Amino acid sequence: MKKIKCALIGSGNIGTDLMYKVMRSEWLEPVWMVGIDPASEGLARASKLGLKTTAEGVDGLLPHVEEDGIQIAFDATSAYVHAENSRKLNAKGVMMIDLTPAAIGPLCVPPVNLKEHADKQEMNVNMISCAGQATIPIVNAVSQVQGVEYAEIIASLSSKSIGAGTRANLDEFTFTTSNAIEKVGGAKKGKALAIINPAEPPIIMRNTIYCLTEGEPDKAAITASILNMIEQVQKYVPGYKLVNGPTFFDNKVAVFMEVAGLGDYLPKYAGNLDIMTAAATRTAEMFAEEILNGKITLTPVEAA
Amino acid sequence: MTSKNIILHDMCLRDGMHAKKEQISVEQMVKVATAMDAAGVPYIQVTHGAGLGGNSLQHGFALASNEEYISAVADAVSKTIISVLLIPGLGTMSELKSAYEAGARSVHVATHCTEADTSPQHIAFARELGMDTSGFLMMSHLNTPKGLTEQALLMESYGANTVYITDSAGYMLPENVTEIITMLKDKLKPETEIGFHGHHNLGMGVANSVAAIQAGATRIDASVAGLGAGAGNTPLEVLAAVLERMHIPTGTDLFKLMDIAEDIITPMMDHMVRVDRDSLTLGYAGVYSTFLLHAKRAAQMYGLSARDILVELGRKKMIGGQEDMIQDTAMTLAKAKGLLKEAV
Repeated sequence: MKKIKCALIGSGNIGTDLMYKVMRSEWLEPVWMVGIDPASEGLARASKLGLKTTAEGVDGLLPHVEEDGIQIAFDATSAYVHAENSRKLNAKGVMMIDLTPAAIGPLCVPPVNLKEHADKQEMNVNMISCAGQATIPIVNAVSQVQGVEYAEIIASLSSKSIGAGTRANLDEFTFTTSNAIEKVGGAKKGKALAIINPAEPPIIMRNTIYCLTEGEPDKAAITASILNMIEQVQKYVPGYKLVNGPTFFDNKVAVFMEVAGLGDYLPKYAGNLDIMTAAATRTAEMFAEEILNGKITLTPVEAA
Repeated sequence: MTSKNIILHDMCLRDGMHAKKEQISVEQMVKVATAMDAAGVPYIQVTHGAGLGGNSLQHGFALASNEEYISAVADAVSKTIISVLLIPGLGTMSELKSAYEAGARSVHVATHCTEADTSPQHIAFARELGMDTSGFLMMSHLNTPKGLTEQALLMESYGANTVYITDSAGYMLPENVTEIITMLKDKLKPETEIGFHGHHNLGMGVANSVAAIQAGATRIDASVAGLGAGAGNTPLEVLAAVLERMHIPTGTDLFKLMDIAEDIITPMMDHMVRVDRDSLTLGYAGVYSTFLLHAKRAAQMYGLSARDILVELGRKKMIGGQEDMIQDTAMTLAKAKGLLKEAV
């Protein structure tokens, strides 16, 4: 079957984990891995698996976009360089899946709003953050039942799974995730907290979601909606699991989740990598399917 | 022995917020701060217990915003410098800026003791604002002296003018403090100050602070009457008395500090902040002091003992900021004991 050719930009934890997921896809074929450090482990792994590699950043990829037929690129670099990467690749008609907190395109959480973005033929969609992907489906599940005045999420991540980029830019993570809890989750106000825990053996990713409902929560309907949403996420992240709750106290709903990864690049504790890369892969697949079915055609974006 | 002035930094209006479930009023803060100013306390920390960005379901909502507290206190004091706590991942630079605009001039940028590299942007930004900037290595007992030194060097490289060893669990013993501070003194730049923040869960707050000073620390966090998380912080008036006996100057008025403890702070307490069964468990098991009241609440909710929950949290190596895991752990324990139904 024909597949859509992809480039992976960024050869750190996220980019490398993503490579394994894209390789397994029925719809996607990873062709290029782009890094900036010739000694990076991610580039070495990509090269070994038969991908073309460059250590010269996006500029090293641009001359090959047409001849290699690249149509989708994933950006797992940093918020600071994403805008420039996106502009260059969009100009060549390549659609961008943004895994940085740059969020210049619309925010995407697959079970909540992916279809909508594919229908609009967006040329850049943003995957928010690992914590966003792990928690916003639950906030949305509650807000589908009744209004959510305030939602707060706490993500506990193992120290080993957090790369240098995320560490140096925690504020961007906080802002992008808080904003997405409102825009995609449907809460009137959102707040995101991140904790990095260095315990050995590493802790599995944990996420707690609190929602304050408008009026008394409809416990049965909210519980059913959450359980249904968990099943939707499990379709692409099998390790997405409810540990405790939903539990109710006044108008507060509390849900305690854990995310185990598939162990593609980092071991299973790093569910935060998986949920991000799996969501990005699923998003790309939806676009790829539409491209292959002739429903959408990617066109170059004129530089402003 | 140093005869350098030791800078005491009072924590009643920040760490003390934990012991008051964040319910200290603006009026109470102004009263405490005014008295501290008159007693010559050079620095006082004023924020939500979890610092900037702390108002949350996770950490509780205070009676006023951080800006409201800070600006009210700033108007009331003349010499005392107001500091804030900022934990990256919870607080952000925009909140630091608004705290600065409200009158804060000093900040503890806090990370877990192994995660200093989550603080570069916040430390650099604090220096850019011209703030007195400390790197604050929480739960220091969970890292080795060598590891702590590496983390301290990182914070120094980001621009921190002071680095703190923070015994958040009140677990450390004087010999540990001596070893770590001696190593820091040797490795950090001579102009970088070293601080120590103790908790009194094993009754070692004063002894640990003295050990820190003898090894070269010049900044000590404490709180009058010990108002703080767990069994409280190092009681400031007790430390001031000990330092006076040791002829170490602090610039504070001991009798005024005693009066603040007796007449203002102790009457404010909802419970006696002291070493009791549960706070002793924190120190003994090395658990984050702030977990105390949350664990008591969860224990009551699910019919468990707070001590069992705290020991389990220690076993699972939960750290500051993971207060959500207290209810989660309690629910899991309750299920195992048949006190709670399995999730649907």
